[in-house]
Amino acid sequence: MKHRYLPMTDQDQAEMLAVIGAKSIEDLFADIPAAIRYDGVLPMSERMSEPELLKHMRALSDRNADFDRYASFLGAGLYDHHIPVVLNHVISRSEFYTAYTPYQPEISQGELQAIFEFQSYICELTGMKVANASMYDGSTALAEAAALASGATKRKKIIVSRAVHPEAREILLTSAHGLDLEVIEIGCVNGVTDQEALAAAITDETAAVLLQSPNFFGCIEDVKAIEPKVHQHKALLVMSVNPLSLGLLESPGVIGADIVVGDAQPLGIPASLGGPTCGFFAVSEPLMRRIPGRIVGQTVDKDGKRGFVLTLQAREQHIRREKATSNICSNQALLALCASVYMSTMGKAGMQEAALLNVRKSHYAADRAAKGSLSLPFSAPFFNEFVVKLPEGTNIDAVNRKLLAAGFIGGYDLGTAYPELQGCMLIAVTERRTKEEIDRFIDELEAIV
Amino acid sequence: MKPEKALIFELSKPGRVAYSLPECDVPETDAASLIPEHLLRSQPAELPEVYEVDVIRHYTELSRRNFGIDNGFYPLGSCTMKYNPKINEDVARFAGFAKIHPYQPEESIQGALELLYTLQHDLAALTGMDQVTLQPAAGAHGEWTGLMLIRAYHESRGEKRTKVIVPDSSHGTNPASATVAGYETITIKSNERGMVDLEALRAVVGEDTAALMLTNPSTLGLFEEQIVEIAEIVHEAGGLLYYDGANSNAIMGITRPGDMGFDVVHLNLHKTMSTPHGGGGPGAGPVGVKSKLIPFLPKPVVSKRDDGTYYWDYDRPQSIGRVKAFYGNFGILVRAYTYIRTYGPEGLRRVSELAVLNANYMMHRLAPHYEVAYPGLCKHEFVLSGRKLKEYGVRTLDVAKRLLDFGYHPPTIYFPLNVEECIMIEPTETESKETLDGFIDTMIQIAKEAQTDPELVKNAPHTTVVKRLDETTAARKPVLNCTCG
Repeated sequence: MKHRYLPMTDQDQAEMLAVIGAKSIEDLFADIPAAIRYDGVLPMSERMSEPELLKHMRALSDRNADFDRYASFLGAGLYDHHIPVVLNHVISRSEFYTAYTPYQPEISQGELQAIFEFQSYICELTGMKVANASMYDGSTALAEAAALASGATKRKKIIVSRAVHPEAREILLTSAHGLDLEVIEIGCVNGVTDQEALAAAITDETAAVLLQSPNFFGCIEDVKAIEPKVHQHKALLVMSVNPLSLGLLESPGVIGADIVVGDAQPLGIPASLGGPTCGFFAVSEPLMRRIPGRIVGQTVDKDGKRGFVLTLQAREQHIRREKATSNICSNQALLALCASVYMSTMGKAGMQEAALLNVRKSHYAADRAAKGSLSLPFSAPFFNEFVVKLPEGTNIDAVNRKLLAAGFIGGYDLGTAYPELQGCMLIAVTERRTKEEIDRFIDELEAIV
Repeated sequence: MKPEKALIFELSKPGRVAYSLPECDVPETDAASLIPEHLLRSQPAELPEVYEVDVIRHYTELSRRNFGIDNGFYPLGSCTMKYNPKINEDVARFAGFAKIHPYQPEESIQGALELLYTLQHDLAALTGMDQVTLQPAAGAHGEWTGLMLIRAYHESRGEKRTKVIVPDSSHGTNPASATVAGYETITIKSNERGMVDLEALRAVVGEDTAALMLTNPSTLGLFEEQIVEIAEIVHEAGGLLYYDGANSNAIMGITRPGDMGFDVVHLNLHKTMSTPHGGGGPGAGPVGVKSKLIPFLPKPVVSKRDDGTYYWDYDRPQSIGRVKAFYGNFGILVRAYTYIRTYGPEGLRRVSELAVLNANYMMHRLAPHYEVAYPGLCKHEFVLSGRKLKEYGVRTLDVAKRLLDFGYHPPTIYFPLNVEECIMIEPTETESKETLDGFIDTMIQIAKEAQTDPELVKNAPHTTVVKRLDETTAARKPVLNCTCG
């Protein structure tokens, strides 16, 4: 069989078998018992030539409604932001994307420095002292934060707001089952966590309080108001944040968070049906040696020259095995690089300007919606997402299909995850949406309902 | 001496920009009149101010200080550093794959759902399993998911089983994942042939055994010849068998974990299915199960209706729940599917045959110069011991560092833990005989250098942008960022 990725010629094969002293390739598999050998051809997708495959993949791709052809007002944890052109050029450099985890620092200084800079960016943005090299996504990072908090406080109770992303809470529950943690959910009032109920729930048995801000409804939580109560009981304050919002919103470090997690998707990472994105994980200094995953540190070489290495590895699975702080091994390095290039490109001014554009456009959209036949059930301050209530009995799934026909990807049906919010739609407006698109979208939505 | 590379933060000059955003076309209201002031940032984040050329030159320079498969041979054992096909990269960037949202109406993502459905089917066929979830983001994530499935299975039968057994040659993620899934780990020693010791296994298996986790071929590159007996021992005690698929590149189309007796399997698509490692991710770690474990799979799975349309199937009352936001690392799954279709089943079988041929050839050529830890047949990788060189004061680490001077990525070293001065070599099928010979000749030369000029080896590398780095100080006095530290 000839294949463009396989260099073996008949002559090579004969020479190599002769060195081994085998008659055929079949001889090399003599150690696999006959009873478990697979005879025949596996029933799976057939081989295609390169042109056939390109055509096939293009056809599959074309059956999806993408953000280039449809104006998206869908967010709910995954956003259609502008991706600066330079990003793809950088992460397409194959010295980066075809490398393994940087175990050999002398030939991996590029990756190691890029991760060191990513950690620096995350610390600067969140106001935290230590960040790791990334996690699978923001949701799994939140579950890891709960695990860390339980280990650090030797407590088993985790309090989480219902305004945290429903999927993140589902992952938290799966993970809590494995670690034997108790998860207590706190409800919401006016689109934000019920602070009275939260305050009442925190006790000396609480390992952590998990809040998301902006929360799943887009609303900004007043975390500062609850912070003293959390720390009074020596629990840890865990904040899940949208990194782009930190161009404008107060940093969790100043607020007093102990652990900050989030998803870097808004920082130049394609939505890609939800993955791969990139989680980040930052902690205050006392928690440094409990942080999960890879960490890069600065050091010097034999000549005293600055260099970077993977460090604090005594926490990790390949050293500690069953006693490791987490089982994470591979993370999302290439997308941490992508987020870093985004932050390098946007810089100090660009991050603020992009965040402000999101705020202004989403508020304009909310105002437009409120002026017509739609209502806004919540009055809490928000970042780039807000909730509209459609008239009683509206089927949002049906509305979204009609919006699709009109060229829009509509908002998230909140009734899916919150029975009490039947008929409510979560609408995201990023800097990519123009005033004209917003006007047409709201007009269309009003016309449909 | 090559100069130090500046950090991007050190290139900053106030007033420069590298971004381009649209003018605001809605009312330019002050942030403070839209959001209460106490919620706004008191100090802006001090991100660097650079222009676009700085960005490109900075990261291009960083890339030149990095080594990937496209730079040269990368025989990193247990990591399957095969060629990362370029068509995979192009296809994953199609707007219809890269710019779509999982919450869109199902009718607007039928192409994506069909791809996922087909991939689930293909991976099930490849591993001999009945159903596959594509949610796990990486191998270790797959292990944890698989163990949670095993836990749910035992709990559904009213059984409280507390222990997971792993061999001493297993990946560190195996015991770590067992801990996170709430299990205690029991490590058993390998026998003198590097295989699972059946007596040691029998001694620890019992009614508290939840599972045995096994990599087959093992991290020593050896096929567990007694796998059928091993499966019987574990199953008779009521335990399940977990297959760590890190080494699947040796067996595609030749034998299947499902036929060996495994109940749960994860695959590392970033190893076997050629998706790029990205410098440490993103990967994907799909998990396949036998039918008795299907009810517990994470939700949703992708299903097909009678009318031929595809949908997210959330109606799974016994599911362990969700393990990853949305539906896993879709962009990686697109690449893996593309890869499968460049080969088809017969091509994938040929891939494994050649991976094994390359490994055996290298092992035979290197055997006179380095000690082969377990002589005989190897599969896709093999393990050498560098202990013969210790008499010259040269260690395996020194050999690895010396390889850098010749433009090679070194093999995996000091793993598995049960081989002294371990060197684990995995060539993969995408390397030519010329490449293998060049590497082998270099390894032989280094072994000679160790005798004739040990200092040359011990002080390597000599040609890289930095020399050996002080890892002790890095851990003792951590400097982990350049802003707040």
